[in-house]
Amino acid sequence: MATDAVSNQQTHHYTDVKSCQHCGTPVKSGDFCCAGCESAFNVLSGSDTTLDTAIYSPFAVETSGVYELELNVEGVHCASCIRLIENALLEEDDIHSARVNMTTERVRFSWQGEAALADKYARKIIDLGYMLKPLATEQEHANDSSEKRLLKAIAVAGFAAGNLMLLSVGLWTSTTEIMGAATKDFLHWVSALIALPAVIYSGLPFFKSAFRVIRAGYTNMDVPISLAVLLASIMSVSETFRGGDHVYFDSAAMLLFFLLIGRYLDMRAKGRARQSASKLLSRLSGSALVKERDGTVKDIALKDLQAGMHVIVASGENIPADGIVISGASQIDMSLISGETVPETIEKNARVFAGTVNIDAPLEIEVTKANDKSLLSEIVKMMEVAEQGSAKYVRLADRAAALYTPVVHTFGLLTFVGWWLLAGSEWQVALLHAVTVLIITCPCALGLAVPVVQVLASSRLMRNGILLKSGDALERLAGVDAIVFDKTGTLTLGHPTLVSNFHDGETLKFAASLAATSKHPLSRAIVRAYDGPLLALDNDVREIPGKGLEYIWNNKTVRLGKQSWCAVGVEQADGELNNLELWFAVEGEKPIAFIFEDQLRLDAQSVVDKIHELGLKTHLVSGDREPIVRKMADILNIDTAYGQVSPIDKTNYIQALKDKGLKVAMIGDGLNDAPALASADVSLSPSSAVDISQNTADIVFQGNELAPIVEAIQTARFSTKLVHQNFGLAVLYNIVAIPLAVLGYVTPLVAAIAMSGSSLVVIFNAFRLNFLRSFKGNQ
Amino acid sequence: MDALIYLIPIALGLGGLGLGAFLWSMKNGQYDDLDGAAHRILLDDDE
Repeated sequence: MATDAVSNQQTHHYTDVKSCQHCGTPVKSGDFCCAGCESAFNVLSGSDTTLDTAIYSPFAVETSGVYELELNVEGVHCASCIRLIENALLEEDDIHSARVNMTTERVRFSWQGEAALADKYARKIIDLGYMLKPLATEQEHANDSSEKRLLKAIAVAGFAAGNLMLLSVGLWTSTTEIMGAATKDFLHWVSALIALPAVIYSGLPFFKSAFRVIRAGYTNMDVPISLAVLLASIMSVSETFRGGDHVYFDSAAMLLFFLLIGRYLDMRAKGRARQSASKLLSRLSGSALVKERDGTVKDIALKDLQAGMHVIVASGENIPADGIVISGASQIDMSLISGETVPETIEKNARVFAGTVNIDAPLEIEVTKANDKSLLSEIVKMMEVAEQGSAKYVRLADRAAALYTPVVHTFGLLTFVGWWLLAGSEWQVALLHAVTVLIITCPCALGLAVPVVQVLASSRLMRNGILLKSGDALERLAGVDAIVFDKTGTLTLGHPTLVSNFHDGETLKFAASLAATSKHPLSRAIVRAYDGPLLALDNDVREIPGKGLEYIWNNKTVRLGKQSWCAVGVEQADGELNNLELWFAVEGEKPIAFIFEDQLRLDAQSVVDKIHELGLKTHLVSGDREPIVRKMADILNIDTAYGQVSPIDKTNYIQALKDKGLKVAMIGDGLNDAPALASADVSLSPSSAVDISQNTADIVFQGNELAPIVEAIQTARFSTKLVHQNFGLAVLYNIVAIPLAVLGYVTPLVAAIAMSGSSLVVIFNAFRLNFLRSFKGNQ
Repeated sequence: MDALIYLIPIALGLGGLGLGAFLWSMKNGQYDDLDGAAHRILLDDDE
């Protein structure tokens, strides 16, 4: 295996640090970050041939002896990545083609031979350091093709609208007397020739959807759209036959063109939201290494884990199921379940829970509960119940559509009845006026009002590192009255930071060099606090689970770890009980304490202030001890704070706020927040949150700051305001247009100007979103 | 008005050419990976 060449090529990822061959974590020395990764790497890279590796080959598609496979690939972010992957594949003899798509983050390759080769090729890419996932094929392909179909429809409608307008200008600027009846009829017939195929082709997405809902017995926006377009076409054809003037082919094509743009943007925004959601979901459904009775190791999907199976958990990995430790001793990060940041020491026969993280050393555990009965799944179930309980939100656009259809159709009917019975016109004339009403009120502006704003808003947020996972998240966020924060990991960074700064440089350097060999959160905090070259340690640092690190230096024992192990009998420095500390002891010298604290995010204060300024109430609900929570609430000026709150009580708390008629946003990151996230009206998670919380949250924001929360609220409010304004403009337009149409003053020229004018106004209004100023935390 | 006999087909033909070119390039996958295309110009062909 050419691992050396590979790691050389990969240095563009981390210029001064090497990365672990298995998990990609930067490491200061060696090829692996820990022993667990090394063993997992050896198992997976094929030195253990008993491993069942048919993970990707089942997804390969065969066409006449050539197999093709498309996979999601994570971590492609520059030209070298493209080259690296494509070259690695192309240097294989049997590979026909290999192509990386950066936009969709996929790689597609084809080869001659047998399907099983897929796993070999996939392994090659994984060895380069990229994560692969099989596509959730049907769904994703379906989205691609319907997006393409819409784009083609837009092209055809645009072509038709442009050419029809060209012909119509001649018709509008002239009269039958000047150009002659024959020329007019000729232009009408040419228009019909262009318009009819285009309407049929481009209108199909609307017609299909309208037909479907009518058959199901209700109505949506596509019904009036289809009706208007079809009626306009039919009426125009009949007018063309009769040699009349009311020919609306250009309006029909233009309507379709604008509406299709709206539809396409809507689909893109939804597709993007779905993509962020499904990417997160695929991380959750992982696999576990199961050790069979005969000693062989197998990769098994998490959902297939059964009680009694023996699972190997490398250090740094999530524990896949509730179980009992059979061999090994390690420390477990229980923060998922308890919110506690200090790891718990466990050894043989200890109980461990799914979703917690194994920190120190590889463990073998016996699964006691199948995956769907684990504590993790209990919480997930609780979350689902909460999700079902919260009332389904009806989108603004749907409410508008529900109002729109009956109103407009009533107007159409009244126009017909009025002209026919009251004004005593011929029924053909009455019908003409009625159809004009339906055409001119067609919800062009309504169809564009929401999608244009939404696409602009979501791309603006994405540039700021905020992912929207559902289309209506912004609408719900805009109406929020109260924000409930979690403490650990949300208001704070969620990992300890070294706060004692009295260490002299040499001590810190030595401690950091030792700490660099460990994955313990406190060790990592020391390494983070130190920047500079590390000591080259000439022999091994021993990691003693539950105690700390030990190193022999000039025949003296050097220890970094618990007080009871390093600094027996030494009084604590400040007398206050603080479990976040490490002691550093060189044999024969006075031990030194390192104190840590889970620090507030840098901009927490300014964000809370800004949220108050926006007129929202803040709440702090945490699983941590009451005094600590109170203290933090006082520092930040948070309105209401409660400590020692269990996951269920968090949910109840939110429910109680909702019962008071408040709209609640929940911001949290832990597993214990997940049910509360689900029961809130809208929920946000930092991207450092556990997978399940990110999955539940409507909005996920990246980075170490809280400023995106304010950014999201402001964008949500402004874009919702714009949507309301756009609806207002659409209503205003109709207030002017409907009377004109009812009274019969509308000609094809008036219809064309009014309809394109209203659409453009709505689009320009939406672009005002670009002028909104971004919120910057502390600057 | 006789010129219309030529001009309209020519106008439609030109428009149709554009439409055809767009549909072809889409089918050809020209718009599938806009981000990737932007990066690929940095790669040497003769590598």
